[in-house]
Amino acid sequence: MGSGEAGWEERSAVRVAPPVQPRKLAKVPFVELAEGRLQGVVSSGSDIARVYVSSIAAETHDFSCSTNNNRPCGGLGGGHRCKHLDALIDEAVRQYGLERVARYLKAGEGDDLRSLLQGTREKAPAAAVFSRFLRHLTYLEVPASPEPLTEMHWFPALGAVR
Amino acid sequence: MQAVQLAELTGRVPPGVGEALKVVAGFDAALADGLARLGPRHTEALGALAGAVGGSPLGAAPAEASGRLATGSIGAAELSAVAAARAALLGAVHDALLDRLDGALGRSRPGWEEPPGDPGPVPANLLAAGRSWLQELAIAGWRGVDDALVSAADRALDALWAEPRLRRLAVLADGLAAELRASCPVATMERIPERRWADLWTRAVLLSHGGSWTGGATAVSGRLLPLGVDVHEHGTAVQVQLHAVLEPAGEGPVRLVRVAVAVAKVDTIVGPLVWKLLSAYPTLLAALAERRAVEVTGMSLTSGGDLLWDEERAAAGAPADPFATARVRLAGAQAPAVAPLDRHPVRIAEPVLVEGYKAGNDGTFDLGGERLAVDSDRLPPSGPLTPQLVKASTACIGLLRWDAGRWTLQPLAVRSAVKRQPVEAHNGDWALGPTDPKVAKAQARSGDAVAVLSERAGRLLRN
Repeated sequence: MGSGEAGWEERSAVRVAPPVQPRKLAKVPFVELAEGRLQGVVSSGSDIARVYVSSIAAETHDFSCSTNNNRPCGGLGGGHRCKHLDALIDEAVRQYGLERVARYLKAGEGDDLRSLLQGTREKAPAAAVFSRFLRHLTYLEVPASPEPLTEMHWFPALGAVR
Repeated sequence: MQAVQLAELTGRVPPGVGEALKVVAGFDAALADGLARLGPRHTEALGALAGAVGGSPLGAAPAEASGRLATGSIGAAELSAVAAARAALLGAVHDALLDRLDGALGRSRPGWEEPPGDPGPVPANLLAAGRSWLQELAIAGWRGVDDALVSAADRALDALWAEPRLRRLAVLADGLAAELRASCPVATMERIPERRWADLWTRAVLLSHGGSWTGGATAVSGRLLPLGVDVHEHGTAVQVQLHAVLEPAGEGPVRLVRVAVAVAKVDTIVGPLVWKLLSAYPTLLAALAERRAVEVTGMSLTSGGDLLWDEERAAAGAPADPFATARVRLAGAQAPAVAPLDRHPVRIAEPVLVEGYKAGNDGTFDLGGERLAVDSDRLPPSGPLTPQLVKASTACIGLLRWDAGRWTLQPLAVRSAVKRQPVEAHNGDWALGPTDPKVAKAQARSGDAVAVLSERAGRLLRN
């Protein structure tokens, strides 16, 4: 059902967005490729009420990491990333696949994405990313409903390769 | 299903279908380039679309709207009129295909009767916000969609999700927005899913007028015998739709009905985990996992054949083998009418039992010399069916579907021989958790995503 198939444009029920792969969410509950960044939220290892908002910009690969209350991450140096950012990179590769993350970040070719990303520290909007994470979480608060959604026939659950 | 029935179904295309789809394709190409950039070819396509429905109750409205669109007046009224025309044309294609299917299978289906029931008022400002985004999309065209245009929908989407009466539009628009976001900038895409995105846009425009059209329902009681489960899923929603036979408690025909339950989710909740999100429906899930009948008492059934699930009105019944139900009850069951605005070929999903075939290497079942293509992409990761099981199968409960000129069978359950031992696999088998130890172990290894995110939500959302 890939877009290489003849007549793909004339089909109604095709997969357009590639599926994300299952991964452990405990350490990095949120990862996204959006707003020109790989960005996400990393849970603190020591304080369950604290999270770090980490991001890496496409092209420049400049990075930032701070708590959701805008305190800079102590592990961050001017030219080197903290463990939160490295965890973010690893989990993004698990979720989206190396190729898609590297393409989005314009990272060039290679198997080790961490070493391909050589930016420096920048200030990035942590509050905006954190609120996107909260928005993400609110989906789980929407109550289930028995109203039939005919529209979902355009979105078949398609098998992953097992 | 017999070979002769299959031959009649797939033999020749109903008259008019090809012509109608050509007109639709013309409109879809115009929408891909954007209605602000209509070339002569596109203007002609809009005229053809309006002309095709000129004799319908829509009358002259689409023609007038096409004329105004051609002069650059791209307002909500014009867009609604052409969306209605496109929907009507695909509705007619749907009707022709379903007639052919009913004729081939000898399936009886009553005509549509407008249900009583009044959906009630819906928040007009939310609908207007949705329409305004759809208008921007139409003006820009798919090729003009960038991150900013997709993000422009965020606030409208949040508001739609918060309003239960507009769930259908929320789910649809969110699914479209996610695909557009993943495809940005669309101008660099090698191929654009023109039919699909125009379908989604059209449907969203219709839903942005009155909200839902699910409508009124009547209370029914009886024994519900499951046939199989169809699973629908995008990043932020999952729907489980059961196809079943209802044996009414009193008078009345045995009927084919559906039960759909849906819930919002996030993209990192995938595979068998989606069942956990539906824990509000324990009786339904147990019936699926344990292959049981359900006794329903006074549950609402819409004119379109959707049983509106209510746990309070459901009780687990005796074990019921879906293959036995399909063999004994399916052929004589009365199929439901289809709500007019729901008519689109994509929703054709008619349960059938297929037996006595040879599964070929080319992904088809050979049924007495007639070939039926099997859609083995459409095996949900939340259930045990695999292409290998389908290929080794000797009997299959599936849904007949139609897309882009081709009938396919979507398997819901198969009976296969594995190492000469008979095994059965049903899409709903894992409704209470995976029964395959390998899958259960993999799930345990990656942890419970639902629990992790719920904990995070509990701690962070209410701070």
